[in-house]
Amino acid sequence: MNYRTPLSRARGLGSAREGSHHWWRQRVTSIALFPLTFWLAISVANLPDANYEDVVVWVTAPWNTILLLSFIIIVFYHAMLGLQIVIEDYVHTDWLKILGMLSAKMVLAFLALAAAFATLRIVFIG
Amino acid sequence: MNQRPLSPHLQVYRLPLTAILSIIHRATGVFLVAGVILLVVCLMAVAEGAQQYATVQSFLRSHLGRLFLWSWLYALFFHLCHGVRHLIWDTGHGFCRATLNRYAFLELAASVVLTSLVLVLTLFQA
Repeated sequence: MNYRTPLSRARGLGSAREGSHHWWRQRVTSIALFPLTFWLAISVANLPDANYEDVVVWVTAPWNTILLLSFIIIVFYHAMLGLQIVIEDYVHTDWLKILGMLSAKMVLAFLALAAAFATLRIVFIG
Repeated sequence: MNQRPLSPHLQVYRLPLTAILSIIHRATGVFLVAGVILLVVCLMAVAEGAQQYATVQSFLRSHLGRLFLWSWLYALFFHLCHGVRHLIWDTGHGFCRATLNRYAFLELAASVVLTSLVLVLTLFQA
Protein backbone atom coordinates (compact mmCIF):
# COMPACT_ATOMS: atom_id res chain seq x y z
CA MET A 1 0.00 0.00 0.00
CA ASN A 2 1.21 3.42 -0.87
CA TYR A 3 0.78 6.03 1.85
CA ARG A 4 2.51 8.80 -0.07
CA THR A 5 0.41 11.73 -1.10
CA PRO A 6 0.26 12.62 -4.78
CA LEU A 7 2.25 15.76 -3.98
CA SER A 8 5.10 13.87 -2.30
CA ARG A 9 5.18 11.40 -5.16
CA ALA A 10 5.33 14.23 -7.61
CA ARG A 11 8.17 15.73 -5.63
CA GLY A 12 10.07 12.46 -5.57
CA LEU A 13 9.72 11.84 -9.27
CA GLY A 14 9.64 15.39 -10.41
CA SER A 15 12.29 17.95 -11.02
CA ALA A 16 15.68 16.96 -9.71
CA ARG A 17 16.74 20.53 -10.45
CA GLU A 18 19.36 19.34 -12.83
CA GLY A 19 17.39 18.17 -15.87
CA SER A 20 18.44 21.16 -17.91
CA HIS A 21 22.19 20.63 -17.42
CA HIS A 22 22.60 18.70 -20.65
CA TRP A 23 20.78 21.37 -22.66
CA TRP A 24 22.65 24.22 -20.96
CA ARG A 25 26.09 22.67 -21.43
CA GLN A 26 25.33 22.13 -25.10
CA ARG A 27 24.56 25.86 -25.46
CA VAL A 28 27.62 26.98 -23.50
CA THR A 29 29.96 24.75 -25.50
CA SER A 30 28.36 25.92 -28.76
CA ILE A 31 28.98 29.57 -27.86
CA ALA A 32 32.58 28.76 -26.96
CA LEU A 33 33.04 26.90 -30.24
CA PHE A 34 31.71 29.80 -32.33
CA PRO A 35 34.95 31.85 -32.47
CA LEU A 36 37.13 28.73 -32.36
CA THR A 37 35.41 27.38 -35.49
CA PHE A 38 36.55 30.32 -37.63
CA TRP A 39 40.11 30.05 -36.37
CA LEU A 40 40.20 26.28 -36.95
CA ALA A 41 38.52 26.36 -40.38
CA ILE A 42 41.06 28.84 -41.75
CA SER A 43 43.98 26.85 -40.31
CA VAL A 44 42.75 23.40 -41.37
CA ALA A 45 42.01 24.56 -44.93
CA ASN A 46 45.76 25.11 -45.41
CA LEU A 47 46.70 21.65 -44.16
CA PRO A 48 46.91 19.80 -47.53
CA ASP A 49 49.49 22.27 -48.83
CA ALA A 50 51.46 22.84 -45.62
CA ASN A 51 54.70 20.92 -45.12
CA TYR A 52 55.72 19.22 -41.89
CA GLU A 53 57.76 22.17 -40.55
CA ASP A 54 54.86 24.58 -41.23
CA VAL A 55 52.49 22.43 -39.18
CA VAL A 56 54.95 22.08 -36.29
CA VAL A 57 55.55 25.85 -36.26
CA TRP A 58 51.79 26.43 -36.33
CA VAL A 59 51.04 24.03 -33.45
CA THR A 60 53.90 25.36 -31.28
CA ALA A 61 52.88 29.02 -31.60
CA PRO A 62 51.59 29.72 -28.06
CA TRP A 63 48.21 31.13 -29.10
CA ASN A 64 47.60 28.24 -31.46
CA THR A 65 48.54 25.70 -28.77
CA ILE A 66 46.09 27.22 -26.30
CA LEU A 67 43.30 27.55 -28.85
CA LEU A 68 43.92 24.03 -30.17
CA LEU A 69 43.74 22.53 -26.68
CA SER A 70 40.57 24.54 -25.96
CA PHE A 71 39.05 23.39 -29.24
CA ILE A 72 39.89 19.74 -28.55
CA ILE A 73 38.38 19.74 -25.06
CA ILE A 74 35.25 21.70 -25.96
CA VAL A 75 34.54 20.05 -29.31
CA PHE A 76 34.71 16.55 -27.87
CA TYR A 77 32.44 17.50 -24.98
CA HIS A 78 30.01 19.10 -27.44
CA ALA A 79 30.18 15.97 -29.63
CA MET A 80 29.49 13.77 -26.59
CA LEU A 81 26.35 15.74 -25.76
CA GLY A 82 25.22 15.74 -29.39
CA LEU A 83 25.81 12.05 -30.07
CA GLN A 84 24.03 11.22 -26.82
CA ILE A 85 20.87 12.89 -28.14
CA VAL A 86 21.14 11.16 -31.51
CA ILE A 87 21.51 7.76 -29.81
CA GLU A 88 18.69 8.49 -27.36
CA ASP A 89 16.38 9.46 -30.22
CA TYR A 90 17.05 6.61 -32.64
CA VAL A 91 18.10 3.60 -30.56
CA HIS A 92 15.17 2.18 -28.65
CA THR A 93 16.52 -1.13 -27.35
CA ASP A 94 17.56 -0.38 -23.79
CA TRP A 95 20.81 -2.32 -23.54
CA LEU A 96 21.88 -1.20 -27.00
CA LYS A 97 21.14 2.42 -26.13
CA ILE A 98 23.21 2.29 -22.94
CA LEU A 99 26.01 0.41 -24.68
CA GLY A 100 25.99 2.90 -27.53
CA MET A 101 26.08 5.93 -25.26
CA LEU A 102 28.80 4.52 -23.04
CA SER A 103 31.01 3.48 -25.94
CA ALA A 104 30.49 6.79 -27.78
CA LYS A 105 31.48 8.71 -24.65
CA MET A 106 34.49 6.54 -23.88
CA VAL A 107 35.78 6.64 -27.46
CA LEU A 108 35.35 10.43 -27.64
CA ALA A 109 37.04 10.92 -24.25
CA PHE A 110 39.93 8.74 -25.40
CA LEU A 111 40.25 10.70 -28.66
CA ALA A 112 40.24 14.00 -26.77
CA LEU A 113 43.02 12.73 -24.53
CA ALA A 114 44.99 11.40 -27.50
CA ALA A 115 44.67 14.73 -29.34
CA ALA A 116 45.70 16.76 -26.27
CA PHE A 117 48.63 14.41 -25.66
CA ALA A 118 49.77 14.65 -29.29
CA THR A 119 49.55 18.45 -29.17
CA LEU A 120 51.62 18.68 -25.99
CA ARG A 121 54.11 16.20 -27.41
CA ILE A 122 54.57 18.35 -30.51
CA VAL A 123 55.02 21.47 -28.36
CA PHE A 124 57.38 20.10 -25.72
CA ILE A 125 59.26 17.34 -27.51
CA GLY A 126 58.86 18.46 -31.16
CA MET B 1 -15.04 15.68 -48.20
CA ASN B 2 -15.15 18.30 -45.54
CA GLN B 3 -12.47 20.95 -45.38
CA ARG B 4 -10.95 20.00 -42.06
CA PRO B 5 -7.14 19.86 -42.10
CA LEU B 6 -5.65 16.39 -42.26
CA SER B 7 -2.66 15.27 -40.29
CA PRO B 8 0.40 14.73 -42.51
CA HIS B 9 0.23 11.51 -44.51
CA LEU B 10 3.81 10.40 -44.07
CA GLN B 11 4.30 8.75 -47.48
CA VAL B 12 3.24 11.78 -49.50
CA TYR B 13 4.15 14.50 -47.01
CA ARG B 14 6.68 16.94 -48.40
CA LEU B 15 8.94 17.99 -45.55
CA PRO B 16 9.17 21.78 -45.20
CA LEU B 17 12.61 23.35 -45.64
CA THR B 18 12.89 23.97 -41.91
CA ALA B 19 12.44 20.26 -41.17
CA ILE B 20 15.02 19.29 -43.80
CA LEU B 21 17.52 21.74 -42.30
CA SER B 22 16.85 20.35 -38.84
CA ILE B 23 17.70 16.83 -40.07
CA ILE B 24 20.78 18.12 -41.90
CA HIS B 25 21.90 19.81 -38.67
CA ARG B 26 21.99 16.40 -36.99
CA ALA B 27 23.58 14.67 -39.95
CA THR B 28 26.31 17.32 -40.18
CA GLY B 29 26.86 16.98 -36.42
CA VAL B 30 27.60 13.27 -36.81
CA PHE B 31 29.69 13.87 -39.95
CA LEU B 32 31.74 16.54 -38.15
CA VAL B 33 32.76 13.95 -35.56
CA ALA B 34 34.34 11.91 -38.38
CA GLY B 35 36.37 14.94 -39.42
CA VAL B 36 37.46 15.65 -35.87
CA ILE B 37 38.71 12.06 -35.66
CA LEU B 38 40.83 12.76 -38.75
CA LEU B 39 42.16 15.86 -36.98
CA VAL B 40 43.25 13.67 -34.06
CA VAL B 41 44.95 11.25 -36.48
CA CYS B 42 46.67 14.23 -38.08
CA LEU B 43 47.97 15.57 -34.75
CA MET B 44 49.19 12.13 -33.71
CA ALA B 45 50.98 11.75 -37.04
CA VAL B 46 52.68 15.14 -36.62
CA ALA B 47 53.75 14.10 -33.11
CA GLU B 48 55.22 10.88 -34.54
CA GLY B 49 57.33 12.67 -37.12
CA ALA B 50 57.65 13.87 -40.69
CA GLN B 51 57.32 10.41 -42.23
CA GLN B 52 54.00 9.63 -40.56
CA TYR B 53 52.69 13.09 -41.36
CA ALA B 54 53.55 12.55 -45.04
CA THR B 55 51.27 9.49 -45.09
CA VAL B 56 48.31 11.45 -43.68
CA GLN B 57 49.05 14.40 -45.95
CA SER B 58 49.06 12.20 -49.05
CA PHE B 59 45.43 11.40 -48.22
CA LEU B 60 44.61 15.07 -47.62
CA ARG B 61 46.19 15.98 -50.97
CA SER B 62 44.25 13.34 -52.91
CA HIS B 63 40.96 14.21 -54.62
CA LEU B 64 39.06 12.18 -52.04
CA GLY B 65 40.90 13.95 -49.23
CA ARG B 66 40.21 17.42 -50.61
CA LEU B 67 36.56 16.52 -51.22
CA PHE B 68 36.32 15.31 -47.62
CA LEU B 69 38.08 18.41 -46.24
CA TRP B 70 35.87 20.90 -48.10
CA SER B 71 32.61 19.07 -47.44
CA TRP B 72 33.69 18.93 -43.80
CA LEU B 73 34.30 22.69 -43.81
CA TYR B 74 30.91 23.31 -45.43
CA ALA B 75 29.25 21.02 -42.86
CA LEU B 76 31.12 22.91 -40.12
CA PHE B 77 29.77 26.28 -41.28
CA PHE B 78 26.26 24.95 -41.82
CA HIS B 79 26.26 23.47 -38.32
CA LEU B 80 27.56 26.81 -36.99
CA CYS B 81 24.87 28.85 -38.79
CA HIS B 82 22.02 26.56 -37.75
CA GLY B 83 23.48 26.48 -34.25
CA VAL B 84 23.28 30.27 -34.12
CA ARG B 85 19.63 29.97 -35.12
CA HIS B 86 19.05 27.56 -32.24
CA LEU B 87 20.59 30.14 -29.91
CA ILE B 88 18.22 32.79 -31.32
CA TRP B 89 15.28 30.40 -30.82
CA ASP B 90 16.39 29.90 -27.23
CA THR B 91 15.72 33.58 -26.59
CA GLY B 92 12.12 32.99 -27.71
CA HIS B 93 12.42 34.85 -31.01
CA GLY B 94 12.11 33.83 -34.66
CA PHE B 95 9.27 31.33 -34.54
CA CYS B 96 6.72 32.83 -36.96
CA ARG B 97 6.49 31.12 -40.35
CA ALA B 98 7.84 33.95 -42.49
CA THR B 99 10.86 34.40 -40.21
CA LEU B 100 11.49 30.64 -40.15
CA ASN B 101 11.71 30.45 -43.93
CA ARG B 102 13.73 33.64 -44.26
CA TYR B 103 16.27 32.39 -41.70
CA ALA B 104 16.40 29.02 -43.48
CA PHE B 105 17.52 30.64 -46.74
CA LEU B 106 19.77 33.03 -44.86
CA GLU B 107 21.69 30.29 -43.07
CA LEU B 108 22.07 28.25 -46.29
CA ALA B 109 23.47 31.32 -48.03
CA ALA B 110 25.68 32.22 -45.04
CA SER B 111 27.24 28.75 -44.88
CA VAL B 112 28.07 28.86 -48.61
CA VAL B 113 29.51 32.39 -48.29
CA LEU B 114 31.64 31.47 -45.26
CA THR B 115 33.02 28.33 -46.95
CA SER B 116 33.82 30.36 -50.08
CA LEU B 117 35.57 33.01 -47.98
CA VAL B 118 37.82 30.37 -46.43
CA LEU B 119 38.48 28.94 -49.90
CA VAL B 120 39.47 32.38 -51.25
CA LEU B 121 41.67 33.02 -48.21
CA THR B 122 43.37 29.63 -48.68
CA LEU B 123 43.98 30.23 -52.39
CA PHE B 124 45.54 33.61 -51.61
CA GLN B 125 47.88 32.12 -49.02
CA ALA B 126 48.96 29.26 -51.28
